[in-house]
Amino acid sequence: MSAKVELENIEKSYGATQTLRSASLTIEAGEFMTLVGPSGCGKSTLLRIMAGLQPQSAGEIRIDGTSVDHLRPRERDIAMVFQSYALYPHMSVEQNIGTPLRVRRLPTAVRLPVLGRLVPGQRTARREIQEAVREVADQVEIGHLLPRKPAALSGGQRQRVALARAIIRNPKVFLMDEPLSNLDARLRVTMRGEITSLHRRLGATFIYVTHDQTEAMTMSDRVAVMMDGEIVQCASPQELYTNPQDLRVARFIGSPEINVVSTEETARWTGQPLPDGIAHIAFRPEAIDFTPKSAGIGVDARLLRHELLGHDVLVFLQTDQGTEVTGRIPAAQWSGLAVADGQIAFTLRPEALLAFDPSGKRAPLPFSPDGMMPADRMLSHAS
Amino acid sequence: MPADIAAFPGPAPVAVSPRRRHGAQIPGWVSWSLAGPSVVLLVLLMLLPIAAIVLLSFTDYRFGALEVSFVGLDNYVDLNSDRAFWRALGNTFTYVAMVVPASVFLGLLLAVLINGLTRGRKIYQLIFFLPVTATLVAMATVWKYLLHGTIGPFNLLLKSWGLPAIDFFSDPDLVLGGLALINIWSLAGFNMVLFIAGLTAIPEELYDAASVDGMENPLDRFFSVTLPLLGPTTMFVIITSTITAFKVFDTVAVITRGGPRRGASDVLLYTTYLEGFTYFRMGSAAAMTVVFLAIIMIFAFLQARVLDRKVHY
Repeated sequence: MSAKVELENIEKSYGATQTLRSASLTIEAGEFMTLVGPSGCGKSTLLRIMAGLQPQSAGEIRIDGTSVDHLRPRERDIAMVFQSYALYPHMSVEQNIGTPLRVRRLPTAVRLPVLGRLVPGQRTARREIQEAVREVADQVEIGHLLPRKPAALSGGQRQRVALARAIIRNPKVFLMDEPLSNLDARLRVTMRGEITSLHRRLGATFIYVTHDQTEAMTMSDRVAVMMDGEIVQCASPQELYTNPQDLRVARFIGSPEINVVSTEETARWTGQPLPDGIAHIAFRPEAIDFTPKSAGIGVDARLLRHELLGHDVLVFLQTDQGTEVTGRIPAAQWSGLAVADGQIAFTLRPEALLAFDPSGKRAPLPFSPDGMMPADRMLSHAS
Repeated sequence: MPADIAAFPGPAPVAVSPRRRHGAQIPGWVSWSLAGPSVVLLVLLMLLPIAAIVLLSFTDYRFGALEVSFVGLDNYVDLNSDRAFWRALGNTFTYVAMVVPASVFLGLLLAVLINGLTRGRKIYQLIFFLPVTATLVAMATVWKYLLHGTIGPFNLLLKSWGLPAIDFFSDPDLVLGGLALINIWSLAGFNMVLFIAGLTAIPEELYDAASVDGMENPLDRFFSVTLPLLGPTTMFVIITSTITAFKVFDTVAVITRGGPRRGASDVLLYTTYLEGFTYFRMGSAAAMTVVFLAIIMIFAFLQARVLDRKVHY
């Protein structure tokens, strides 16, 4: 049970401020798609528009090829998990999970408090709902908590109740709005794994909103990075990391942040000016290589400090021109490193460099084998 | 005050020696001298007057009398056989039974309607809150005129439609209803403000969740989300409204003086007032006050116990 979700030029403005400008995205049936971006980028608004909780100012949403713009949330066959879990505090866990079914299967009169119990002919329906609740509660391992109220649950348990309430109706599309951000770090890692395995088991389309790049990178089939109300790039996590199409994406994805240096400085390293149309050169911390005499562009730098992360070491450097760059090397390599007088030299492999134009868009790299940089210049070590 | 505010459990026994103070440990005399002034004020201003009333109710004290003697439970025994007292008690209960449900319901209705507005919330709140700020004695005079049997605009309106006039304040069967109307009018705005405060505390995401769960019908949303989440507020509103309604006095004193006919609108506080300050029988008035206090305390306690279990989550 899954559905393809298409967003076409979705716009949203509140008065003069535009929070979404022409967001288009196609989410394949059964895909785990994550919308990631800094706070205020419009990702939650986009999700709420998909849910039907807010109308868009322009554009169209299609689920399984049919437009749902005129449909209310209940008719869109979606389920949503909220950041605050949004559990009904006065209902037991069992009633919370059962609500979507009760609302759909029992007529309004039956659901009235107190009086509803007196209406005849509801026993079978109620028993079916009870069984369904029991089943999904066991799926997310909260079967023993059914009689409790949400106030008596831990954050992780509340999260599971919220998931169970979403699962019970067996919807084609799951929308999740930062569901893990209220949990502590350990639990977040566990729940990450559980949500991905839930996705595999249910086979439904998952659309997941987060500001946490780790969640985006570890859970999703594809990630859509949003900045300032636009989808800047949508690709697989690996592709986003190695091949960002926008400087903002490159900076947002990856920790520690990607190193960005000016073209002037890169020109000084290589001894040759870079062509017009390139404003920034960026490279990941792993691209920094301290092995002596390795091939590539040689750079002299001063060691500022280092951070031991157990398996890895982060090395914070300052180039002769004053730019700070960060390198990441295996701990074993760090212990063998020779630092004379705080000075250290490193090399960069030209193919690890990314070039961006003045507007931050990705530009072709001028260092390709048949490019304009002579091979012997690139190999020479400036020491 | 909500009944769930538990008394502070007091300092926990500490094993460390008293000499090693780590900030929190304070010698007994310091804490007592700090708490002293407020304890004295509490006793003087709150507990002593009540104790004095209870004491007075066992005496035959008359206002201005030079000597006083203990009469035991005589005052209470007399009350038991006093028809005027029982009538006042009955009238008070009838009055409370009219005022509380109507003012609570009206307050909730106004709150929900005003809260749903996109603009003009403030002005409506202000308008409906105005009666709360007006002195009831002054407003009672206005109401007396408005509902007057012959010259009141309300009855002129009825007459112009060819309907029979309703003279609230000279018909013994209607007088309590007329008085209740005034109290409902003044209490609903206050209850509305309390309910609006309760409504704003309901998280918006719950309504989003209700939408996704399929609750689109406004009544459905009201009964499944709004009303249950207003539970604690409702409890508070019911208790304060009950106490306010029990204390009805000024409208009776200004408009009807217990009339029409003997005692059709006699209420507990008015009878007490007459007993003490017209007939100067302070002992008897004190006994009535004690009964009044007891009734209010029992009511507040029962409501808190019964409702507390239903409304808290």
